[in-house]
Amino acid sequence: MNFNLSKEHVMLQKMYREFTEKEVKPYAEEVDEREEFPVETVKKLSRYGFMGIPIPKEYGGAGGDNIAYAMAVEELSKACATTGVIVSAHTSLCAVPILEFGTEEQKQKYLVPLAKGEKLGAFGLTEPNAGTDASAQQTTAILDGDNYILNGTKIFITNAGYADIYIIMAMTDKSQGTRGISAFIVEAETEGFTVGKKEAKLGIKGSATCELIFENCRIPKANLLGKVGKGFGIAMKTLDGGRIGIAAQALGIAQGALDETIGYVRERRQFGKPLSYFQNTQFQLADMHTKIEASRMLVYKAAFNKSNNMPYSMEAAMAKLYAAETAMEVTTKAVQLHGGYGYTREYPVERMMRDAKITEIYEGTSEVQKMVISAHLLK
Amino acid sequence: MNIIVCIKQVPDTTEVRLDPVTGTLIRDGVPSIINPDDKSGLEAALKLKEEMGAKVTVLTMGPPQAEVALREALAMGADRGILLTDRAFAGADTWATSCTLAAAIRKIDYDLIIAGRQAIDGDTAQVGPQIAEHLGLPQVSYVEDLKTEGDKLILKRMFEDGYHLVRVNTPCLITTLKEMNEPRYMSVMGILDAYREKEVEVWGLKDIEIDSGNLGLQGSPTKVKKSFTKGAKTAGKLYEVDSKEAAKIIVEKLKEKYII
Repeated sequence: MNFNLSKEHVMLQKMYREFTEKEVKPYAEEVDEREEFPVETVKKLSRYGFMGIPIPKEYGGAGGDNIAYAMAVEELSKACATTGVIVSAHTSLCAVPILEFGTEEQKQKYLVPLAKGEKLGAFGLTEPNAGTDASAQQTTAILDGDNYILNGTKIFITNAGYADIYIIMAMTDKSQGTRGISAFIVEAETEGFTVGKKEAKLGIKGSATCELIFENCRIPKANLLGKVGKGFGIAMKTLDGGRIGIAAQALGIAQGALDETIGYVRERRQFGKPLSYFQNTQFQLADMHTKIEASRMLVYKAAFNKSNNMPYSMEAAMAKLYAAETAMEVTTKAVQLHGGYGYTREYPVERMMRDAKITEIYEGTSEVQKMVISAHLLK
Repeated sequence: MNIIVCIKQVPDTTEVRLDPVTGTLIRDGVPSIINPDDKSGLEAALKLKEEMGAKVTVLTMGPPQAEVALREALAMGADRGILLTDRAFAGADTWATSCTLAAAIRKIDYDLIIAGRQAIDGDTAQVGPQIAEHLGLPQVSYVEDLKTEGDKLILKRMFEDGYHLVRVNTPCLITTLKEMNEPRYMSVMGILDAYREKEVEVWGLKDIEIDSGNLGLQGSPTKVKKSFTKGAKTAGKLYEVDSKEAAKIIVEKLKEKYII
């Protein structure tokens, strides 16, 4: 048993922090206010290897483990949750399934540019009538000679419009239920594929969240990811991994809010002394920190399991459930400790509170995580 | 082109706090960094590597933990890291340090040696120029810009009130200013390679040829007569007022001190 970070991890963390401090934090407020996708930041992230951390070097990645990856999302999200989710969705939901389920040709063609950060990735599962009930897919993929023809609509797709490569779930055989779902790799420029409405959201406002529309979109048969009818399993496995990324994002948001709050309560004076002198403040901080540290242990454990080929589905669900609820609680307390100022946009904690909420919803709501955890207990 | 960059691991003085009771520096828990002037020198070397191809060797003398600074340099893109560490080197002043570094450099191929102007924990600015003297090399200090012209370098040497443009033959030694550039970050793959695929070579006394009279504390002509801590400034007063009121207060205070 050893809770120490390796020398590699310590140095990575140092680099992530330097990068976040200089390249992410100064723009976080603007990204939120203008609801602007941080294109320039993503270029810099690519340059320094953030877009392919857990992808092996032979496929253009950095060859790191999942702890190195989770730590990156955590550090970025401390300052800007939008930046955190861009990396998480790109890596966990697009690059990783191609690594795990793709053919060698698919890896060379799609994974290499994704891992190098030359291309951005996205993932499309959710539909207007298939949210938590992801099995109710209505998008269809009909085989026609050497092509599949896609028809249907996906919604709430992270990185939509900016992504070059999409993993899309579609029904190849409606009569088979979940066993009729297949996964496909779709290029942004494909005819018949358009990006629809962009959502106006409560938080992670810089992240592009849009509808994807497929109208007789022909994609080559070679772009089938995994086997026919195995798409649902691929999606579920992919989301298991994605949850580590989102849990890390939630962890980062919570830590960022605590860091801001510690700074504030030392400075802000009421009744003739700094807020940090009041026991209420001290107890709140203690609770916040304890829950954040517990979240971190769960996140790193799930990441450790995934990198060491140990089961991680339940671990990832627990990490996401706990880290997301911690993020919501900690950011709410952070706003409360900032008082009226915390409610204004002058301080970052109100943004962090808005950003935190989505971590309880996307890539499986907290309720879905509980379903996953209990299913493991009762199987 | 073979470039040697001499770096020093220093405490991050921006993170050093004063003990409010004793007035001394609290060094505990202060992170160590690559000295900023040296880091810009390393960045300049890495840019040359990108532009024209070069092998960049990073050299440091220090305690075993200075290895981390070398790994960071490797993670930024340096090719080779050498740590000079030995009990015999301890307590060295700038003379003993430069003698030891020069002895190590004699064992390495080079066309250009880069050292930062000065370290933030010592501020002497002596080690770089002394190395050049020991090796009999031309030296240009206070360099803020560097271009190549065939096998010559065109350097911008800064002065308080201007600068000189100097053309210099290689091999030579230059000392660099942190204003020279914005050093790159380490990259994720650079860090992983620095630990998995690159080695930090550790050299001790037996690996270099040096007169023992120039080593460590015994070989250091500098004798510290007395050291003292400067009195800490008292904390300022904080006003939380609007800008108009703030301007008024500033003017009042400046008048009080007869500044205006």
